[in-house]
Parts: sequence; C-alpha cells; structure tokens
Amino acid sequence: MTGPLFDIAVAVARIAVFFAFCFGLVVVMTWVERKGAAYIQDRRGPNRADIFGIRAWGLFHPLADALKFLFKEDFIPDNAHRLFYQMAPMFSLAPAILGIAVIPFGPDVTVMGRRIALQIADLNVGILYLFAVSGMTVYGVVLAGWASGSKYPLLGGLRSSAQMLSYEVSMGLSLIGIFMVFESVRMSQIVTGQGGLLFGVLPKWGVFVQPLGFILFLVAQYAEANRTPFDLPEGESELVAGYHTEYASFKFSMFMMAEYLHMVVGAAVVATLFFGGWQFPYLGDAGFLLPGGSTVAVPPALVLLLRIGAFVSKVLFFAWLYVWIRWTIPRLRYDQVMRLGWKVMLPLSLLNIFATGLILLLLNK
Amino acid sequence: MTIGVIKVARPRKMSFPESLYLVEIVKGLGVTMGHMLSNIVRQEGIKTIEYPEVRREMPPRFRGRHRLMKREDGTPRCVACYCCATACPAKCITIVAGESPDPGVEKYPVRFDIDMLRCVFCGMCVEACPCDAIRMDTGWFTPPDDTREKLIFTIDTLLEK
Ligand code: SF4
Ligand code: SF4
Repeated sequence: MTGPLFDIAVAVARIAVFFAFCFGLVVVMTWVERKGAAYIQDRRGPNRADIFGIRAWGLFHPLADALKFLFKEDFIPDNAHRLFYQMAPMFSLAPAILGIAVIPFGPDVTVMGRRIALQIADLNVGILYLFAVSGMTVYGVVLAGWASGSKYPLLGGLRSSAQMLSYEVSMGLSLIGIFMVFESVRMSQIVTGQGGLLFGVLPKWGVFVQPLGFILFLVAQYAEANRTPFDLPEGESELVAGYHTEYASFKFSMFMMAEYLHMVVGAAVVATLFFGGWQFPYLGDAGFLLPGGSTVAVPPALVLLLRIGAFVSKVLFFAWLYVWIRWTIPRLRYDQVMRLGWKVMLPLSLLNIFATGLILLLLNK
Repeated sequence: MTIGVIKVARPRKMSFPESLYLVEIVKGLGVTMGHMLSNIVRQEGIKTIEYPEVRREMPPRFRGRHRLMKREDGTPRCVACYCCATACPAKCITIVAGESPDPGVEKYPVRFDIDMLRCVFCGMCVEACPCDAIRMDTGWFTPPDDTREKLIFTIDTLLEK
C-alpha cells in the first residue's frame, strides 16, 4: 500500500476500533450500573428482556432501552428555545467523544515496517486538550438547563456549572505534579515514563509518585462527571432530574450516553495518568524484569497482548469504581460540595504542587 | 429537673482520620462489595420475589378480588337484594335482577358485574350481603389486562372462582 493511503487506513481503523471499544463499554456500563446497583442493594436487577427466551442475566436490557428511546416521541416543550434545546444534547455528547482521541490504548506497534501508535492522535498538548474538551461539557449542561424554559432544569444547570467550574480548578492543579514528574503533557510520554521502577520494587506509576494528586484527581473527576457523591445537578428529590428533566426519547439518551462516556473516558484517563496506562507491572519490551533481577522472556506478540489487556482491565476497574462508589456513598449537600472544592481540594492541590517541586529540586541537587 | 425534656445522645465527634473520610469510604466500599458478592454467590438469599412465576403468600384476611358463592345445586347464592350495590362506596356493582325459577327463592341476578377498575377493595359489599353470597377471599389482586372491558368482571367470572 502506498504511503498516504496506508496512513488514512490506519487512522480510520484506529478511530473505528477505539470508538467501538468505548461505545461498547458504555452499553455494558449501563447494564453493569443497573445490575451492580441491584446486587449491592440485595435486589435482582433487570432480568426480563429476552431474545428467543434467552435472558442472559438481563444483558439485553441496554438493547431494549435503546429501542425504546428510538421509538419514543421526540417532544419539545412549548417554552423551550427550539434551537438551543436541540443543540444541548450534542454539546454534551461531543466533548465526551472528543476525549477518546488522546488516550493511548497500547504501545506502538510495527505493521509492515511502519511504527503505529495505538492512539488516535498523539497530540503534543495531550492532557491540555483533554481539559479543553472536557471543559466544554458544561456548555451542554447550561444550555440544556436554560433552553428547557423550566425552573428545575435551570436550577440543575446552574448547580452543575458552578460545581464543574469549581472542580475544574483543582482537577487541573492536581495534575501539575504528574507533569512535573514525567516532564511532559503528552499522554504517550507520560505512559512511557511510568514504565520504570521506583526504589527498584514499585512500578513507577503515577499513583505511587503522586498519591495525593491521585486522590484529588479522582475526586475532582467524580465531581466533573456529576456522579455520586457529587450528583447534585440531578438531585431527584429536589430537582426532578436536573438539567435533563424536559428531555425525552433519544435526546435524553444522548445525555445518558454522555454521562457514561464520561465515565469510560474518565476511567481511561485515570488509568493512563496514574496507573501506567498500558504498562504491565515489571513487563519490559522483551519480557518480565522482576525486582530480584531475574528475567522471564516473553514473545513480543504476547507482550503486546498483555499490555493492551492491562489497559483494558484498568479501564474496566475504574469504570466499575464509578458504579461502586455511586452505590456506596450518599450525596453531599451543596454547601459541602462547594466547601470541599474550594477549601479542601484547592489548597491541597497547591500544596501538592509545592511538595512535588521541593522534592524534585532536592533530588536533582 | 425540667419535666418533658429528653436528653438525646449527641453523635460522638469524629476523630481526625474519620473526618478525612478516606478510610471510612474504603470501609463502605467493603460493605457494598460484601453484599454484592454474597448476593451473586447465594442468589437464593435475595429477597426479591420473581412475581409472575412466584407469588407472595397473602395473609388469610387479605381482601382480594371477589367471588360469588354457589348453592349446593350450583346456582348463585345471591338473591339480588342490591344490598352490596347500595353499600358500595365506589358504585361499581351493577345488578340486574330476574325472577328465580326456584319457587323457594324470589329473585336471582341475571347480571352481576363488578367494575374492578373502580373497586377500592373496601369490603363493604361483603359486609352488606345478608346471605354470604359475595366474598373477597380469593387471596389475590385483580390481574392486569389490556382492555378496560375485560376488567369488568361478569357473573360467570365471579362464580368461577
Ligand atoms: S370492595 Fe368496596 S368498592 Fe369494591 S365492590 Fe365491594 S363495596 Fe364496592
Ligand atoms: S348483597 Fe349479597 S345477595 Fe344481595 S345482591 Fe349483593 S351479593 Fe347478592
């Protein structure tokens, strides 16, 4: 194959595969959420949808949901601003999809003598791009809240924009430590940087070099994604359903998809920045290098599989953590959310930056 | 001592590590995971009743859907006295009386309809009946159906039970 054609084929293939992976995970996550919630609360969860009598633990429920959303009436309330009302779901889904682009799914592979990064776009601004697109999510929420022309969505939209803006700050600041340690904002370089060992035993993962940064980032991310314990914008008891109260049919499901896609992308980002991305502990390019100095040779194909498998299982774990946390912790009160954001997270993330800087300075002396 | 004042124990002040919530959250996660795993391993421990296949045992005095009683010879015991229809607060019983072929009985119900969609399951009809012809001891609700007409139970349906 000639040069440009090959590049285009590779780009399309990468986009298709990662897109399919993320959306597949979104579908699975809706099932995991409902089923996990049920089992945590001593219930059985969805188990009725069947195809030819096969129920498969309710696995067909996402399919049934999708069909239902597709065939429901697409209703626009009289008071809604027609254009913005229809734009809001797109504004909420698009940033979530854009986020997939910079996540490295695996190490570089060599196909037909060419090195191909398993990443849709290895941008040199990497994580900054991610912040930029995830910052846009708030437009979807605000638009939805305002354009619905109803008071509960408006309150929900206001709440979530205030919350997202507050936590965006500490989210950005909590990552500065990572940039300082790995000396890059490029996702691929951060992942490669996590391949080494710390004190000769621990993998040099972000969570081990930046434990405080990890906790801050995780909390900020839950707040960003509007997930429990920070799901005030959707506080059912106060706001019906928050900013998407007036939405029905497929527009509503776009909000839902955006929420779950945020979870998936968020899980992938945490795995990439703090848990070594596709790095398998102690696995080098040629095989395992155990801390004792012993080595186990592994064929390159298996290395690749192990690494992609490591990435996928990390993403699955963090996606599950979202669900797990949701059904464990009750919702915070609004003043508690704001206090945590500004009075606890922000000073701590600043402290984290200074502490990291100090340690790096002393180490380099 | 002031009368009527009850001392309520205030919640204990949280210690510093507790107020950070980090360990507490992990403990909470442990609890929920324990529930989940035990429910996955021992499905029979889940309290959910799989409704259409499994039915809840109703208490003996549960007021369920009605049935009309029969005499020994199989004719309805109801004498079409309209007591139940009069007592019914929801006005959902429709009776049309006819002359009974049995010389010992004056009337019998030609039609006896209960609109189950309007019935409030108060049991007044049962209380009112002078000859114990109507009872609500079937032990189950009105089953769902897809048209309103099917939920107006006629005398045949009511006698069946
Ligand atoms: S239970 Fe009450 S409402 Fe129902 S038919 Fe009897 S009297 Fe009427
Ligand atoms: S009160 Fe009893 S006997 Fe009288 S009409 Fe009703 S069911 Fe029949």
